Amino acid sequence: MIATLLSGDKPRSRLLTAMLVAIFVGLALAPFLFPGTRPLDVAAKVCVFILLVASYDLLLGYTGIVSFAHTMFFGIGGYGVGIALSRMEPGWGAIALGAAIAVVLSLVLSFLIGLFSLRVKAIFFAMITLAVASFFAILASQLSNVTGGEDGITFKVPEMLRPAYRLLEEPFLGVTVGGRFITYYLVFLGSLILFLALLRVVNSPFGRVLLAIRENDFRAEALGFRTVIYRTIANCLGALVATLAGVLYALWLRYTGPNTTLDFAIMIDILLMVVIGGMGTMYGAVIGAAIFVVAQNYLQEAMKAFSGWTKGIPLLPDLFHPDRWLLWLGVLFVLSVYYFPHGIVGQLRARAKK
Amino acid sequence: MGFRPVADPLLSLAGVHTHIAQYHILQGVDLAVPRGELTMLLGRNGAGKTTALRTILGLWRASAGSVRFEGADITKAETPDIANLGIAYVPESMGIFAGLTVRENLLLAARGGPPREQQLESIFRFFPPMKQFWDLPAGNLSGGQKQMLAISRAIVEPRKLVLIDEPTKGLAPAIINNLIEAFRELKKTDTTILMVEQNFHAARSLGDSVAVMDAGRIVHTGSMAALAADSALQQRLLGLSMEAHQ
Amino acid sequence: MRERIDWIPPALIAAIALGALVLIGNPSTWVTLTIAGLAMGLLIFIMSSGLTLVFGLMDVMNFAHGLFITVGAYMAVSVMKLLSASAGSESFLVNLGALLPAMLAAIVVAALLGFFFERVIIKPVYGQHLKQILITTGGLIVAEQLIHVFWGPDMLPLQRPSALRGSFLVGDMAIEKFRLSAVAIGLAVFVAMILILNRTKIGLLIRAGVENKEMVEAMGYRIRRLFVGVFVAGSALAGLGGALWGMYQEQVTVHIGANMMVLIFIVIIIGGLGSVGGCFAGALLVGLVANYIGYLSPKIALGSNILLMVIVLLWRPQGLYPVSRQ
Repeated sequence: MIATLLSGDKPRSRLLTAMLVAIFVGLALAPFLFPGTRPLDVAAKVCVFILLVASYDLLLGYTGIVSFAHTMFFGIGGYGVGIALSRMEPGWGAIALGAAIAVVLSLVLSFLIGLFSLRVKAIFFAMITLAVASFFAILASQLSNVTGGEDGITFKVPEMLRPAYRLLEEPFLGVTVGGRFITYYLVFLGSLILFLALLRVVNSPFGRVLLAIRENDFRAEALGFRTVIYRTIANCLGALVATLAGVLYALWLRYTGPNTTLDFAIMIDILLMVVIGGMGTMYGAVIGAAIFVVAQNYLQEAMKAFSGWTKGIPLLPDLFHPDRWLLWLGVLFVLSVYYFPHGIVGQLRARAKK
Repeated sequence: MGFRPVADPLLSLAGVHTHIAQYHILQGVDLAVPRGELTMLLGRNGAGKTTALRTILGLWRASAGSVRFEGADITKAETPDIANLGIAYVPESMGIFAGLTVRENLLLAARGGPPREQQLESIFRFFPPMKQFWDLPAGNLSGGQKQMLAISRAIVEPRKLVLIDEPTKGLAPAIINNLIEAFRELKKTDTTILMVEQNFHAARSLGDSVAVMDAGRIVHTGSMAALAADSALQQRLLGLSMEAHQ
Repeated sequence: MRERIDWIPPALIAAIALGALVLIGNPSTWVTLTIAGLAMGLLIFIMSSGLTLVFGLMDVMNFAHGLFITVGAYMAVSVMKLLSASAGSESFLVNLGALLPAMLAAIVVAALLGFFFERVIIKPVYGQHLKQILITTGGLIVAEQLIHVFWGPDMLPLQRPSALRGSFLVGDMAIEKFRLSAVAIGLAVFVAMILILNRTKIGLLIRAGVENKEMVEAMGYRIRRLFVGVFVAGSALAGLGGALWGMYQEQVTVHIGANMMVLIFIVIIIGGLGSVGGCFAGALLVGLVANYIGYLSPKIALGSNILLMVIVLLWRPQGLYPVSRQ
């Protein structure tokens, strides 16, 4: 039954399975296991980013397209919901409308970008997506009447999702069952369902064609598959899921803005997560996102300590300064591209085969 | 079908295999190119003729077998080194540099220093457009003129071996005759030529020896005269009579 | 027979300049903006010309190109600080005693970094475009962080040499001295590049190689040896551009290079990948348009260059001066 749920895409490594189970349990029971606002924040971010990175893996790992515009779709989801909830009555109808408009916009844009991607070489395409994404970021910061500019939009959510709301009067197993609790499980379930849907897609005949195209698109064309159409569909699906991830994230933060969605740093983070976790595996997104987000929040403290110990030695304190954690991830990223093209997941699977 | 032994070949391929991605194109090519002659490499489309030329030049690496030039093994050599042994290449796509002038194209081709006067005279005699377009970008030339430039580049200085891939492709008969005249003149020098051709009129007019390829192998070698005289053989090897294509 | 040089793009630029004059109205404002646009455009040209040649010749797109710009800018900061006495003098000649070393340091360090980058990071992934994009982006992340390690805080000021501060006053027009210098240096670089490309054997090889590497090799030239040289030259130019751009902005941040990348990509796409002339025309277009629109309609200024790119691509999909490539 689990196999069907995972669409037959088994982890194929005991260590990997253990890690995935641990992450799943950790996220599923987060409010109970990790009390406090900060850990729940981290857990929610992990859920959203797993989804965001998985949708990017569909593009990069399975279709072989490098796009720098992914954060744009993430942002469209966030802004769609944000604008709707701030303009209309903050209820479920607003969310539905905002999400629907965001999805349509994303589909149209990704469709156009998808059509374009076929005619041009990968490098040209990457550059163009960079330009498009930065154009969108500029739009978002300039049209401040609509988008709140640099400050973004803070908005109210439906009553059930508000922190003050209480579903149960008494705490359940030590945890307050209120707005935050409900919102968390909304994010968790939403991410879970969409992730399983992505697994379904990549393990379907469609997914296999994508892999064939990535390996050798001439051959795929010769075999009769119109690569145009497949690439475009993959593009649209990836954008769609990223948009929904944006919707979920905005609902959790009750805020949307350029620095939580459109910042190029986020695009870099996604790249780091997908490559280090493992391109073309989907599970790589889970591992990558979990490691990255947790490290982003907790590793810095470890580094701060280490930096303190090495005080006095030239250069070392600076190399291990908590703000420099990106340096080490960057190094890991570069090493991964050279030596571990399938990232952590690939390494674990290779080891399991022996 | 037969195989004619060649004493002291300038270029010889022995058991050469070439793979491109997962395609096994050359499947054991044995070829000996005699000195000072023009050897025609014939065969149906897809037989591997272009691949053979590219393998000789090192643009594609042979996965097995050996390529020897003047006795030296060049199988694993780099393309520039192979070219510097005195081998010129005129690809099917002509490979001229459209942004460079005719003069600059020829300058690049003359590795041993600026082209000699007599050589240029001879080129201008056969290919007057070269003089006309001397300082203009080669991209302005017509198809036939580009081919003239490609060939001029190959002959701008003395070469030991010239590899030519389908020089007459897509050209008007008048220009083809022009090219044939130029090649006839080239044959008078001691340059060895290995030419791939589909145009049988040109092949018959110019070829001294002939090698026929099919499915990645050489299936016949011999003299052009002998092949031209034997319609049945032509039919078997090439699927049609050389007479029929003028 | 077609003419040798395509005059439409330069005519287009002139037309835009004239159109802007009409829209702006005030001639002295127009002069200020035009000079600013030319200065900015020429500095962008210096920064991007290397990248377009590297792509044309080696088929490599270095997404970390901005790194050389940043390093150049930071070197300028360090050197100008070291030689602040010379930089502070009122005499232009004494200023040169600080400015020239700063430019030289930027060029040399960027060149060295470029050499390292090409041999270690890029060479292993020749021909693999996907990996190239990923690796160079990764290299950029690591390098930016290392810059933080070595130079510290986010933003550092970079003062122009004293003699180049302020403006010339011609009638009621204020012409910034530094901008004029930038224009002069930019034009010098352009002329030098054109001369090298068109009058030397190496230039010939590069131009031919951009069109058809394989054929150049088949003619007996070891063109791969040129790769490193071209890459290093491109990085050195980026470093020079970075140093000058830092002085133009009068401040330097870790992201100074990365921030330029979008503009640089736009310029080389507009110009035609692999074409130095195209890069020049594209850079001037971008610089002028950015400044004119920045004055006429500040709201759309930031996005205007992307719109410009779309318009140019609709007109000439391969860029203003496409290079015919096999």
